[in-house]
Amino acid sequence: MKSLVCLKQVPDTETQIKVKPDGTGIVTDGIKYVINPYDEFSVEEALRLKEKFKAGEVVILTVGPDRCTEAIRTALAMGADRGIHVNDESLNDADPYSIAQVLAAAASQEGYDLIFCGHRAIDDDFGEVGAMLAELLQLPQVTLVTKLEIADDTQSAVVERDVEGGKEVIEVPLPCVLTSQKGLNEPRYASLPGIMKAKKKKIDKKTAADLGITSERKLAPTEYTMPPERKAGKKYEDMEPAEAAKIVVEALRSEAKVI
Amino acid sequence: MSKVMIYGEIKGGKLKKTAFELAGAGRKLADELGGDLGAVVMGSQAEQFASELGKYGVDTVFVVESPELEAYNSEYFAQALAQVAKDKQPEILLISHSMQGKDLAPRTAAKLGVATIADCISFRLDGNKLVGKRPMYAGKCYAEWVANGSPQMASARPNVLKIEESPKAGAVEKIAFTPDAGRKTYVTKDLVLDTSGKVDLTEAEIIVSGGRGMGGPDYALLEEMAGIFGPTATVGASRAAVDAGWRSHSDQVGQTGKTVTPNLYVACGISGSIQHLAGMGSSKVIVAINKDTEAPIFTKADYGIVGDLFKVVPEFNKELKVLLAE
Ligand SMILES: Cc1cc2nc3c(=O)[nH]c(=O)nc-3n(C[C@H](O)[C@H](O)[C@H](O)COP(=O)(O)OP(=O)(O)OC[C@H]3O[C@@H](n4cnc5c(N)ncnc54)[C@H](O)[C@@H]3O)c2cc1C
Ligand SMILES: Nc1ncnc2c1ncn2[C@@H]1O[C@H](COP(=O)(O)O)[C@@H](O)[C@H]1O
Repeated sequence: MKSLVCLKQVPDTETQIKVKPDGTGIVTDGIKYVINPYDEFSVEEALRLKEKFKAGEVVILTVGPDRCTEAIRTALAMGADRGIHVNDESLNDADPYSIAQVLAAAASQEGYDLIFCGHRAIDDDFGEVGAMLAELLQLPQVTLVTKLEIADDTQSAVVERDVEGGKEVIEVPLPCVLTSQKGLNEPRYASLPGIMKAKKKKIDKKTAADLGITSERKLAPTEYTMPPERKAGKKYEDMEPAEAAKIVVEALRSEAKVI
Repeated sequence: MSKVMIYGEIKGGKLKKTAFELAGAGRKLADELGGDLGAVVMGSQAEQFASELGKYGVDTVFVVESPELEAYNSEYFAQALAQVAKDKQPEILLISHSMQGKDLAPRTAAKLGVATIADCISFRLDGNKLVGKRPMYAGKCYAEWVANGSPQMASARPNVLKIEESPKAGAVEKIAFTPDAGRKTYVTKDLVLDTSGKVDLTEAEIIVSGGRGMGGPDYALLEEMAGIFGPTATVGASRAAVDAGWRSHSDQVGQTGKTVTPNLYVACGISGSIQHLAGMGSSKVIVAINKDTEAPIFTKADYGIVGDLFKVVPEFNKELKVLLAE
């Protein structure tokens, strides 16, 4: 199995997001960056497939600035074989279509049995790149994958995915694009020997021009704002449970008017 | 010609509520642009929904009926939707950010060479450009986005846009569709649906959530509360409860779970971590039940009860039953 894992570096979920005073974006000073959590599931799944079939390769594909090298190294330390880092100023903060175009171009130069994306990047929350990449490469997509079983002949897979109010079991021919959802696996941690080995693994640097891409923005943000501040409301303490419950239930009807 | 077009999702032989939400938003945009509102419905028997859509402001319903569209399949549905969009050339195309919409919108967008302003909570026009406002970082901030391609595609978060009646013709135009079989796709082998009629977290009007404070997988108290609220209520969980194996991963609310915006969110035994608050912080009203008066959830809750949830929730349920029986 040769798997390409599309991996995005995002702010740690602990990050308290602040919008710049002029509303052009968020304040990035002091942000700690990590691998998008859903992309960690992808790395893990790709590694397990390589281990199971005792053959193949796991290639990490990342579009982003210099800082992303760290995320790629972390994935290499988990066990991925090598990385491709598309680092081009014209692609910083690119929209999902532009990113999908870049990933499609890079994937086409590589070859693959499977391509993994996360079902959503937890920074911009678009959740579009996986399906777009699949379309651009004319491949089937299976999104929100929670279980993956590759047939022994490696020509197809049986996949479980989340649907509204349940799950769907799908049979899909390979190659295809899968988007990872929580439940797929428990990602491993990088081991110390893994971290040492990762230092010697190769990360290919590419520019948009190397891939023949001229980025033309399909989407653009105009103004960032903070959500309305939520204040602490009424708190009922040192009270009989029955009494507190009665007050709150009545308030939900007469004051908040939500029930 | 329809300047604005919406996609009406059919589920379980019915139009989803999101279709009417989109119709409401689409009607306003169409009126401001001085044009018609169209709707696309697809399936093996979709024509029956035209009059219903007409009631909510749709001028023309484009009906794509085909045996291949009996069950949802991303490739075929995206082909059909892209075909209608190419044919009818709407300036704006709106889809719901439902589980199906999340799968369908980006694939359709890529076929049309555009991207989708995903998961919008409101729309407005700037001149004749669509502006969609959307949460980012799971609601830690918001941003307005514009689309440069044509059509301008956007998806809307379920349960946020208002439904408004506005009777229009709801005229039917049938569209012939033959899937491009040259494109490989998947086959659905099995569909296991929860038959309890439970709404999905992202579409629930009321969510009763339990965290580590539940102490174990027994959520009967919370299921009971959701049951009293009725069919628009459902049960959620924090990551701690999901990771403990008490609840399924699809119940997780938060930055790496689902971002939800119910009218009422009842947090039981949930401390209120930054990741959890991100996912539910834009709920209209928040009730917190927690035995620790210092729990961060109380800084965001409209109503907080400090106490043991195993004592408070039964009383809460009792009061609810009395009130809702009236
Ligand atoms: C990368 C990453 C992503 C994450 N994503 C998410 C996410 O999407 N969603 C999410 O929820 N978390 C997420 N987390 C986890 C998050 O940081 C917290 O660990 C988690 O939300 C805590 O869950 P909790 O509030 O149920 O548990 P705790 O923080 O342990 O809180 C339990 C609460 O229950 C109260 N309690 C205990 N017993 C009772 C009782 N009998 N009656 C009343 N109250 C009681 C306690 O006072 C306490 O406040 C993420 C973490 C990481 C690192
Ligand atoms: N800059 C990027 N580099 C590599 N992969 C990306 C990038 N942006 C998005 N992806 C992939 O697409 C998934 C969904 O991202 P998004 O559509 O932005 O929410 C992510 O989980 C990644 O797998």
